[in-house]
Amino acid sequence: MDRDAIFAAILAIVTCFGTPFAVFGLSPGDPARGEKIYDRCIACHAIDRDRTGPRHAGLFGRRAGSIPNFPYSAAMKGAGDKGLVWNDHTLDEFLESPTKYISGTRMGYAGVKDSQERADLIAYLKQVTQQ
Amino acid sequence: MSDIFVPSFVLARRAFFSRGGKMALSATAVALLAGNEALATSYNQTAAASATGDVDILNTALGAEQEAIAAYQVGAESGLLKKPALDLAIAFQGHHKAHADLLAGTVKKLGGSPAEAKKVSDYHFPTNQLKTGADVLRFAAGLEKGAVSAYLGAIPLFDNRDLAKAAGSILGDEAMHWAVLRQALGEVPVPDAFVS
Repeated sequence: MDRDAIFAAILAIVTCFGTPFAVFGLSPGDPARGEKIYDRCIACHAIDRDRTGPRHAGLFGRRAGSIPNFPYSAAMKGAGDKGLVWNDHTLDEFLESPTKYISGTRMGYAGVKDSQERADLIAYLKQVTQQ
Repeated sequence: MSDIFVPSFVLARRAFFSRGGKMALSATAVALLAGNEALATSYNQTAAASATGDVDILNTALGAEQEAIAAYQVGAESGLLKKPALDLAIAFQGHHKAHADLLAGTVKKLGGSPAEAKKVSDYHFPTNQLKTGADVLRFAAGLEKGAVSAYLGAIPLFDNRDLAKAAGSILGDEAMHWAVLRQALGEVPVPDAFVS
């Protein structure tokens, strides 16, 4: 294989696997570290049931404010109505500062300011909500 | 439960808190939270959005406190806790009731409607996982740890600094609960230099 082909192959690999992180500025998260960070969420959330906050089961791909019968704020419902769907990117932005991302949310939490911690938390959520 | 150690100073604190259930807050926080009309009026002059934000934060905290009250009720009624662990659970429930009363009163003072407690059955506590007294205490410890994190995350958001200080006082109480429960379980009561 000549150098041009090798370069093209490397570029293709980086593009396929590196783009999500490059574009969104996310580092691969560690679910084990993320589980410890999830301890900060357990005052209000659980994976399998609604509490003060909605359950996290089924989070990824779910439209914001869409769990039936959960008393969401108007702001959260409105965000969902406008098309907000939870994924790695939207969760990263929301978790950094919930009240800034969705003004009027009842999630009165300053946020997870460290980007690596957010990545770890998101990795954990992705792992545990798919079980 | 013979293998759960409850420090005697905790039992003495129960008597202190049972006398009227009054919390020791700063003079400013007490004035605001106990109905100082001048302070309450001045709040109305701030931006409506900030008052609404504080009410929302307070109501979220109130919801968590109501859940803790219900959780301790379930724990106490489970039959799995024996003295002195049962006394501990009842004392801590009393503290959460005091927190809830304070939060609800403040929400009303700010013109909001306090969140209402759910029926105990609507909290869907994982009671099928609670087989021993230690399980109950560990469940409670998890809730207390969560409460510490929740208040830690909420305090920076309060527009009113007196409310932030009062919330800090509650955070301190939750942290003490967490540490005492850890010790009762035979765990290191204060595992780290910082909480998050």
